Amino acid sequence: MKNCEYQQIDPQALPTPTPTPPPHHGNDSDKKEEPKRPRRKWEVFPGKNRFYCEGRIIVARQSGVLPLTLGLILVTSGLFFIFDCPFLVKHLTSCIPVIGGVLFVFVVITLLQTSFTDPGILPRATPDEAADIEKQIDNTGNTSYRPPPRTKEVLINQQVVKLKYCFTCKMFRPPRTSHCSLCDNCVERFDHHCPWVGNCVGKRNYRFFYTFIVSLSFLTAFIFGCVTTHLALRAQGGKGLVFALQESPGSAVELVICFFSVWSILGLSGFHTYLVASNLTTNEDIKGSWSGKSGEDVTNPYSHKNIFINCCSVLCGPMPPSLIDRRGFLPTDDSAQTGGTDIEVPTLATKSEINVCTQGTKGLLESATLPPLLSTSCPQGKPQTAHTCPDSSPAVNSDPSPELSMGCGARHAASSQGDASPSRHTKACSKKSKRAALHIPNTAFDIPVSPTSPDAASFAPLH
Amino acid sequence: MHSASLANKVFIQRDYSEGTTCKFQTKFPSELESRIERTLFEDTVKTLNNYYAEAEKIGGQSYLEGCLACATAYLIFLCMETRYEKVLKKIAKYIQEQNEKIYAPRGLLITDPIERGMRVIEISIYEDRGSSGSSSGSSSVSGSTAR
Repeated sequence: MKNCEYQQIDPQALPTPTPTPPPHHGNDSDKKEEPKRPRRKWEVFPGKNRFYCEGRIIVARQSGVLPLTLGLILVTSGLFFIFDCPFLVKHLTSCIPVIGGVLFVFVVITLLQTSFTDPGILPRATPDEAADIEKQIDNTGNTSYRPPPRTKEVLINQQVVKLKYCFTCKMFRPPRTSHCSLCDNCVERFDHHCPWVGNCVGKRNYRFFYTFIVSLSFLTAFIFGCVTTHLALRAQGGKGLVFALQESPGSAVELVICFFSVWSILGLSGFHTYLVASNLTTNEDIKGSWSGKSGEDVTNPYSHKNIFINCCSVLCGPMPPSLIDRRGFLPTDDSAQTGGTDIEVPTLATKSEINVCTQGTKGLLESATLPPLLSTSCPQGKPQTAHTCPDSSPAVNSDPSPELSMGCGARHAASSQGDASPSRHTKACSKKSKRAALHIPNTAFDIPVSPTSPDAASFAPLH
Repeated sequence: MHSASLANKVFIQRDYSEGTTCKFQTKFPSELESRIERTLFEDTVKTLNNYYAEAEKIGGQSYLEGCLACATAYLIFLCMETRYEKVLKKIAKYIQEQNEKIYAPRGLLITDPIERGMRVIEISIYEDRGSSGSSSGSSSVSGSTAR
């Protein structure tokens, strides 16, 4: 949580409160015209993400081993096309490079989409929203240390589900949402944080991830089969395998890579096919949320009880929009208007379809056609109005409690070291041990306060 | 000339009784009792819920779109506007219309839930400072300033 990662907007402390109107000439000329370039929201995003292409591409802070994944795929496929394809085209059929090419393109595209898509990050609660939630929760008043964890119980399809309060994002997490400490974001339908793709896998990119691992298992199996056939054909006539390997050294490399990958990738595909068919997430499966191991009668309330419908709803359902408006503009301090919850995104409508609504609302407020709702800005700096500004910028929410969120991260890291017990990762059957070890921290992350607050009453419902 | 100041904000939370689909509670908040009729408010929320249900509906058409998208390695999402986005535009228009016709004349303003991460419908309550003397809900505003 270093401050250099993002800058907080403090509307009261901005040095040049020029009375210029909010930037409408916006898109390309913003760098030249104003003394202060209006900044986009991705520049002050509070999570640990990195943005490229002016906010169009989002990745986690640590790209993990994404370069390694890409490298392995490119090298193996390259060797395949160079060493094996010519021989196989001559001796078998020319379909082989075509099939290989299609699979390769599929794999690379879906990998990049998994890595660069917003997984379903939930923006942090605005200060007003957080205050409203605080009002509804009985605060015991202990401010010297982190207050006891807060939970809320809801009934989903006749199943009791506990919603946990996220101290970093200052809100009750919706069901199936989990906070990823590596990215420092709450992610909807959180599956796991995958270091191989360098991003979280959540609601919005799960289908890309699934397509990636399925097509990768096809590609790996295909290359493995082709290389074996190639070497077998070369070794015919009593020449021997060593001779074949000497003639085509690239095939040896491919053989080794594919042999070791195909089992784990096939296993992973199988595991995720099971998850898709039962509408579960890796997170829920590892934690055993719906397996009824504690003796209670629990069933998965999200499952449609039909394998086909489950598969279709997970993979072919509608694509939800990104909730973090990366390319939206930040509010300038002067539009410190009274009602300005939506003044924050002045001309966004031209840029992002999500902000069409704000243009309309801003127009409503500025049209001043309705006498009771005249939003003449009061630049005298009334305390209430000055504080409505931070509402619009989600980045500000992390500012009031940097220690708290730092504490979150520190505790998560601490618990991840302590909770490396392998008891649960056996469920992830043929995942590589590295990936399994990295999954363990997620379960610890998802129970942010259990290692820290000792009171058993911590899980008592408050509502 | 009258000027309005933000007096309070009411947050309509999500209703998770049917799962993770987007649905908001239709419970009428007490702060709005003096400002707007219950039926109008409930109509607005129910219409919004219907819009979201339409966006998230899984059925023949969504399966077709999903399969087509998968066949093109999901590149189609880069060029085409998804059904969800189309419905979001309709929702934005609806909210603007409701604000203009019903809420603004009563000193209220609805914020589109997409601006709040689809977690809440935020309704801002305005106080007409020019006409009335007292301001309601100032405690919650001072609560937020005290943070």
